[in-house]
Amino acid sequence: MSDREISADPFAKIWKFFASVRLTIGLLLTLAATSIIGTLIPQNESPEAYLRTFGPFLSRLFDVLGLFDMYHCWWFQSLMLLLATNVLICSIERLSSTWPVIFVKNPSFNVERFRRLKPKEEFSDSRNAGALKDSYPSIIARSFRYWRVEEIDNNGFAVYGEKGRWTRLGVYIVHLSVILMLVGGVIGSIFGFEGFVNIAEGDSAQQIRLRNSGEMRTLDFAIRCDDFDVSFYETGAPKEFRSRLTILEHDKPVLSKDIIVNDPLHYKGISIFQSSYGQLAPQDQALTPQGEVTLSFTSKATGMIYEKKAAIGRQIELPENLGKFVLKEFISAYNFKGNDLGGAFVGILYQTDGAQVEVVLPIRFPSFDRMGPMFNQYRKDNVFISVSDLVADPTPATVRYFTGLQVTRDPGVLVVYAGFILMIVGCYITFFMSHQQICVEVVEKGKRSRIMVSGTSNKNKLGNERKVKKIAHTLATGDQRS
Amino acid sequence: MSGSFLLSIATFIYGGAGFFYIFAWIFRKPAAGAVATWIAILGFIVNTAGILIRWIGSYKLGIGHAPFSNLYESLVFFAWVIALIYLIIERKFGNRIVGAFTTPIACLALAYASLKPGITSDIQPLIPALKSNWLIAHVITCFVGYASFAIAFGVSSMYLIKYSGDEEKIIWMDIVKPLVLYVILALFCRVLLVGNWTLAVIIALPICFIFYAVVLLARRMPVDYKNRLLDKFPEKRVLDELTHQLIVLGFLFLSAGIITGAVWANSAWGRYWGWDPKETWSLITWFIYATLLHARTVRGWHGKRIAFLSMFGFAAVLFTYFGVNLLPGLHSYGAI
Repeated sequence: MSDREISADPFAKIWKFFASVRLTIGLLLTLAATSIIGTLIPQNESPEAYLRTFGPFLSRLFDVLGLFDMYHCWWFQSLMLLLATNVLICSIERLSSTWPVIFVKNPSFNVERFRRLKPKEEFSDSRNAGALKDSYPSIIARSFRYWRVEEIDNNGFAVYGEKGRWTRLGVYIVHLSVILMLVGGVIGSIFGFEGFVNIAEGDSAQQIRLRNSGEMRTLDFAIRCDDFDVSFYETGAPKEFRSRLTILEHDKPVLSKDIIVNDPLHYKGISIFQSSYGQLAPQDQALTPQGEVTLSFTSKATGMIYEKKAAIGRQIELPENLGKFVLKEFISAYNFKGNDLGGAFVGILYQTDGAQVEVVLPIRFPSFDRMGPMFNQYRKDNVFISVSDLVADPTPATVRYFTGLQVTRDPGVLVVYAGFILMIVGCYITFFMSHQQICVEVVEKGKRSRIMVSGTSNKNKLGNERKVKKIAHTLATGDQRS
Repeated sequence: MSGSFLLSIATFIYGGAGFFYIFAWIFRKPAAGAVATWIAILGFIVNTAGILIRWIGSYKLGIGHAPFSNLYESLVFFAWVIALIYLIIERKFGNRIVGAFTTPIACLALAYASLKPGITSDIQPLIPALKSNWLIAHVITCFVGYASFAIAFGVSSMYLIKYSGDEEKIIWMDIVKPLVLYVILALFCRVLLVGNWTLAVIIALPICFIFYAVVLLARRMPVDYKNRLLDKFPEKRVLDELTHQLIVLGFLFLSAGIITGAVWANSAWGRYWGWDPKETWSLITWFIYATLLHARTVRGWHGKRIAFLSMFGFAAVLFTYFGVNLLPGLHSYGAI
């Protein structure tokens, strides 16, 4: 009767859908299966790399399905959201029915139920019930926190003991921990950032580049790299990367620290990690002391040549609606189809049609980019770029290092760590602790007593059997050893 | 001395223990079983000594670190944990047939570590990313987890050998089973044995056939002969409960392993989770065992289904351990 009414209510229907463990199993297996995809397709690579590997059709298809950044794409995140909702609603549903059981003041017990239980031991004792009543409760109290004695008719009594009622909460602690981790992750992705910056020895930087969007972000303070050292083992394997960093507030040093991998610097909620390093020399010589190089952009439509000063990481707006250009890096020996073209700048052209194309500008071959559109189908044939001032093609001469730093802020970490702790604690409670109940019934038969011991546990049935046997043995013999 | 000589000896000792366990089981000789136990204990001692000597040796070389830093060392530790957990089970449950299915796994792990070309048994210095106290916590928790799952795999296979015939038929499983078996075999041939896919796919085929031939022969065996082999197996609910307890132990340690890894990643790279293939695969493994636990606790799955899921989960463990090296990622220090 009322079942029909409830299922007709859409809210109840949705609730019921999310309260099902079938859904949990389905979601867990779907997540397991789909997660594999992202380990087979390299994630977050450049469009060019995907085009080379998969060809135009597949790379378009994968892109539409979000497989190139699948752990952050809408359908994978929806699956996670579904799982979180499922976990939450299942927990609420079950907790609301177990709550009264867990937090009952005086647990009631029913001797009848214990008589029917499977692990049951029976024996008789020469003492009468009165004598046993003095000794049995203390034995039960030794291993059960809660106990009480109840009289039963015809000169008998029952000792009831239980412990670990609260351990029924363990599984909800685990579920809460999963939700905390996901919430922490969301907090981190909304209020946190992850960026990187390369700082040459002696230089300082206040701006970092964000990893996801590629945008620049200005910090409240500047980071100065006083020194960078890399050391190697005899085998040639790297031993240590060490950067001496100083935090500058309004050009005044406030904090200095050597950072190595696994030992970052924390300042004002922002963490700075040793992430990579490199040699600066060739690029430094290709650039002016201000770190700039002049590039010329030739418009094919009008034939106009525009000269612009470019610096690594700085965005240049191009005229004639030609888009934007960002210089990415300098490569001292650019390899083009097996040929060494010498020093070359690599940049990204953001075309107005939304495509991002890689542009290579070898110093020695100023007209190289004329061929650009031939190598890349997405490149519009409307502009060609070259290095215009006569910079010498540098060869590595003096070694000057830069340190590559990962700069992150993640206010969600504490929430996630709280989730970690709850996960371990919750798993331990859920798996290794149980709610155990025991009942010892004594019935007087003439001068002797007949004793029944039985017990139940919400998990580890074998352990429960052993426990019942052990208690029965202790009661029968007074011997606690086995 | 790097202890690798002792560890090679331990390989043979575990092999010998496995042989005696199997001998005691098939020929019903309890005395051989007792011998097997002593051999297994000896193997465990030699394995321990090998690890300790290696640990001391690394300090003598001036690059002191706990011996948990590369594939060889992790396999050695894996074998050690398997032996330890098995010996505890034997003491607790008093059944030696389980040894016939678990000590060979320890032997195989060590043999693979010493024999597979490209796995170096040299003591190597730690690269900067590995220089962290989290290394020890991470490796120990992960491998205790993996070892529990490995033994659960052995116990599940015992369950299937004894009871897969008498339980209800699950049709979709009968169809999916050979396919999954073939795919997994092909994958592991590629990962563990040969260097290219074509060969792996071809090798997997006869292995599959041999497996089914053995199953067929076993099914055709005279009943009394079969009973003689199987009657000393632990009873159904003991095998089921043992599998469950091992998986629960493994799940706790796998969770702890993933968590210590995440905390470490956060202190080394500034992010606790980055969807690197190894991380992702450990999460996939976690999902599979979480499914198993929910199916059992809430939906009441038992016996055959749980045994299959447990074996499937162990395949995911193996892929997390070995297969991920085929994929690009940060965990390359474990690579071959």
